[in-house]
Amino acid sequence: MHDYAFDIAHLLAGSLVLVSFLLIYQDRLFALLNVFALQALLLAMAVAWQAYIQGAHHLYASAAIALVFKAVIVPWALHRMVRRLGIHRDVETVVGVVPTMLAGMGLVALSILLMLQLTAAAENALAREDLAFALSVILLGMLMMVTRRNAVSQVVGFMSLENGLILAATGAQGMPFVVEISIAFSVLIAMIVIGVFLFRIRERFDSVDIEALDHFRGERR
Amino acid sequence: MTAANALAAVLAFPAVAAAILALMPGYRATAWGNVAASFLTFVAAASLLFLERPAPGEYLQIDDLNIVFIVLNTFVGFTAAFFSASYIGHELEIGRLTPANLRFYHAMYQLMMFGMNLALVSNNIGLMWVAIELATLSTVLMVGLYRTHEALEAAWKYFILGSVGIALALFGTILVYMAAQPVLGEGQPSMTWTNLITAADRFDPAILNVAFVFLLVGYGTKVGLAPFHAWLPDAHAEGPTPISAVLSGLLLNVALYAVLRFKLLMAANDAAIAPGPLMVGLGLLSLVFAALMLYRRRDIKRLFAYSSIEHMGIIVFAFGMGGPLANFAGLLHMVMHSLTKSAIFFAVGSIAQIKGTQKIAEIRGLTQSHPALGWGLVLAILSIAGMPPSGVFMSEFLVVTSSFSRMPLMTLVLVFGLLLAFGALLLRMIGFAFGEPTGKDAPMHGSLAPFWLHMALVLLIGLHMPQAMVDWFRSVAALLG
Repeated sequence: MHDYAFDIAHLLAGSLVLVSFLLIYQDRLFALLNVFALQALLLAMAVAWQAYIQGAHHLYASAAIALVFKAVIVPWALHRMVRRLGIHRDVETVVGVVPTMLAGMGLVALSILLMLQLTAAAENALAREDLAFALSVILLGMLMMVTRRNAVSQVVGFMSLENGLILAATGAQGMPFVVEISIAFSVLIAMIVIGVFLFRIRERFDSVDIEALDHFRGERR
Repeated sequence: MTAANALAAVLAFPAVAAAILALMPGYRATAWGNVAASFLTFVAAASLLFLERPAPGEYLQIDDLNIVFIVLNTFVGFTAAFFSASYIGHELEIGRLTPANLRFYHAMYQLMMFGMNLALVSNNIGLMWVAIELATLSTVLMVGLYRTHEALEAAWKYFILGSVGIALALFGTILVYMAAQPVLGEGQPSMTWTNLITAADRFDPAILNVAFVFLLVGYGTKVGLAPFHAWLPDAHAEGPTPISAVLSGLLLNVALYAVLRFKLLMAANDAAIAPGPLMVGLGLLSLVFAALMLYRRRDIKRLFAYSSIEHMGIIVFAFGMGGPLANFAGLLHMVMHSLTKSAIFFAVGSIAQIKGTQKIAEIRGLTQSHPALGWGLVLAILSIAGMPPSGVFMSEFLVVTSSFSRMPLMTLVLVFGLLLAFGALLLRMIGFAFGEPTGKDAPMHGSLAPFWLHMALVLLIGLHMPQAMVDWFRSVAALLG
């Protein structure tokens, strides 16, 4: 039973990392949102599996939040926003896809080396590997945020980063529920903020492309 | 009144006020409601000084360390609210804001105060994280209040960088939990600060090391340490001026408080890396970098934002060095910087309203056109640059002397940075204060009373620090190890 439990958890966490890579090479905004929904779905499954094997029933709530909020509502809302605002549908990148993928592989290698080394003394192999995968997802989300220009894909990068955080939090056995709730809440608040911002930016400019704002950076002359 | 009630009041006043202010009509009423709520919070916080402290609970605690922060936080929160009430009406008149904006602004102000106070009194590292996130999000909304190109870009940048910082801090928090869990057991006890600190020497040092790096980078972003500071100048320059004062004077301190808490945790574990050198390095980098950047500023609020980075660098350097004297100096410098810098922003807000611009080149001859404001600004800039007899001089002097004996080479870098910053500020001060007055001369609206109150405190402490305060800070410095 234990091996079986371990394998499935491993599979789900590993797929999250894989989907993070998929996110990196999407060049269409809609495709990006769909892949993000897939990642959220995988997260929900990973969290639910952890809830089952740890016997921690409160984690089912976290899984449900991930499923309903992140896999359905948020991608749907962003879809709508992109369509209503007539945002440019291509993902504009700062760095090409190939160097980004290479950098991503480097980051995953780094996080696995770091985390496995670090937790070598810990007896719980599951928690160790989950943590390594979680850090990979976090770093890949961050990579996506820095290599993208438009606001929507930066937002997706940020949410993917949050997915990694939730994976880490559920992997840590018995982490108090307060924290999961708060993560969900903060994502909710963050979304409101982002929504407000995108709409305000739209009020003023014809684009939600951050680059359009860029000439104000630094000093006003 | 017992201390537990006072503690509850420190949290309840801003929370209730935020809800009421969000519903209250009329900007004048909300502005003064904001002042009243901030004042009540300050009174509750100050009463904590005299009441017997309750034992730390599962979620909240009061100890020697955080009481310094809470009293400072609520005091500057109150004076900034007062300044804001006198200042913000004019923004409405010139059409930069609408009454609905203002109602939102006041509600957010109290929400931010609630977040900061909660972060300071929390005894749970998860709760502390949530509270800092709350304070950050409410300030993001206030920075974007003017809805201009620049304000939106600044708010967006602040939001993105702040979120990444806070995400890294959460990962660090999870790692601390993972280090604590085998020792303290699953669930709540492994996140309670008072448990963590007593059991820290039995934690796995390797996990703690990595956790601290994440926490330092994460919360360090919010402290404004170089090279994670990019959000700070924009956020200060584009938001309403009372918010610049609160950001520099308070929010940076709250993030610093989080760093200090985790530094204590690291220090309690003998096998973990020493957190000091990392903080010393980041502190010096921020100091020298910001000092160099001061020379190229063209916007007055950005100038003082970089000066905040510089001072946070000095403070982090002092705490990184550790030991009773350096900790004392760091703590004193933090208080002095909060008071002086928020005073400067009060003055700058009035100047920007008089001149209708924030451009340094267009602000000239203030001592002639507005003697009280002009000479006040001269006094404040000399203070922040570290001239005697201000309290900033005393704390900087203590930092330098305590580091001379312990790390002479680093002291050279420190002194170099301090002199660079001094030169830049002096250069700008001469420009602002003297010469022929130029530009517009609109009437002044912002009250200067909070400015003079802060400056009086800074000078008073610089000339003669009360013995009670010396003893108090000394005990906190000893606690910080």
